[in-house]
Amino acid sequence: MVGKNCFAIASDRRLGVQLQTIATDFQKIYKIHEKLFIGLSGLATDAQTLYQRLVFRHKLYELREERDMKPETFASLVSALLYEKRFGPYFCQPVIAGLGDEDKPFICTMDSIGAKELAKDFVVAGTASESLYGACESMFKPDMEPEELFETISQALLSSVDRDCLSGWGGHVYVVTPTEVTERILKGRMD
Amino acid sequence: MIREAMEMPPKGGFSFDLCKRNDMLVKKGLKEPSFLKTGTTIVGLIFKDGVILGADTRATEGPIVADKNCEKIHYMAPNIYCCGAGTAADTEAVTDMVSSQLKLHRYHTGRESRVVTALSLLKSHLFSYQGYVSAALVLGGVDVTGPHLHTIYPHGSTDTLPFATMGSGSLAAMAVFESKYREGLTRDEGVKLVSEAICSGIFNDLGSGSNVDICVITQGEKEYLRNHMLPNPRTYISEKGYSFSKKTEVLRTKITPLREMVEVIEGGDAMEE
Repeated sequence: MVGKNCFAIASDRRLGVQLQTIATDFQKIYKIHEKLFIGLSGLATDAQTLYQRLVFRHKLYELREERDMKPETFASLVSALLYEKRFGPYFCQPVIAGLGDEDKPFICTMDSIGAKELAKDFVVAGTASESLYGACESMFKPDMEPEELFETISQALLSSVDRDCLSGWGGHVYVVTPTEVTERILKGRMD
Repeated sequence: MIREAMEMPPKGGFSFDLCKRNDMLVKKGLKEPSFLKTGTTIVGLIFKDGVILGADTRATEGPIVADKNCEKIHYMAPNIYCCGAGTAADTEAVTDMVSSQLKLHRYHTGRESRVVTALSLLKSHLFSYQGYVSAALVLGGVDVTGPHLHTIYPHGSTDTLPFATMGSGSLAAMAVFESKYREGLTRDEGVKLVSEAICSGIFNDLGSGSNVDICVITQGEKEYLRNHMLPNPRTYISEKGYSFSKKTEVLRTKITPLREMVEVIEGGDAMEE
């Protein structure tokens, strides 16, 4: 979700195999560099493989260009990596959020074959995505300050996740402003 | 992992190494993720001085609207634009790829790109994938030989027409075109007709919606009217918005201040010989 010169990215914490829960502290949001985060939903093995490949490509880029990748460039990279596997795709939907030039927030999501969807307000992905669309659509306000943004995204996440059997066990929220990154773990229903 | 590192960067084109594994997973009961489609209304028509392309702006994922304002009119060359319907990733990838091929061709020949060049590149790519790259396109542009409008189907067949519609809303839009199109329309009449056709798709087809994007291409210039019409504004937003009286309970907070990058300023005197 985008706020005023900041963004927030949130995920639930469950790892499961269909209806059996394997872990309740699984990390789904990964840091690429200080101002760029990617959340990967879907098959856990594909999420981890994709994350490792992306970190590899980003490190090579950093060595060559001597700077961090811009979020727009990173989104194109993820899209290309996913589209390469068009006929045997990764079972993974990424949500990318970062601060670009002049700390302007950038968010985008993709389907599993890399169709980019840029938005100016919020993007969602995952098994509870239908509920998330509804919750974010009604709770979102433009130009929110980081504290209010955190509250809004947490409420949207927890209320949607409560209506989905396959998600839950709390939440993990990162709120990023030009000066700091705040990582919070939310208390949610454990069922 | 080391072997993969040695092969980087990939040579381009599709890689099929996950196909077998995906088949196994689907057999075990994992649902294959659905793709973003652009159940769409895209139209084009030739008017007196050039070509007008129009598209709606809704992107769907099954029955859910994933993006209320996506861009379906893609840039190919300064004088050629292409509207895409079908699987969103395919239309974006195919138009980007042909756009870069056209740019290289322009550098090579030193001339303005022709619409038939883009047409041939697109149709040969789509045909070679036998329709699996699901992109239905309306390609329009103005080059030295005049204005051109073509439709390209996912299997690689093409049509050259004075007015064309594609996508799930194509029947609704074609109805408008068939009754109101005539040769020699002026720019304003053309834009009005295209808007009407797209609106007919937006209101009557469930796969199309939101706003109208228009692109007018004439000899030597182009005008991209993004969100030319917004016939579906959101009027039900409450003024005060949501306020949460009960705060979310937080278990743990970790604040990491972002270090300022140290800037090296070249000060001091110039080096003396």
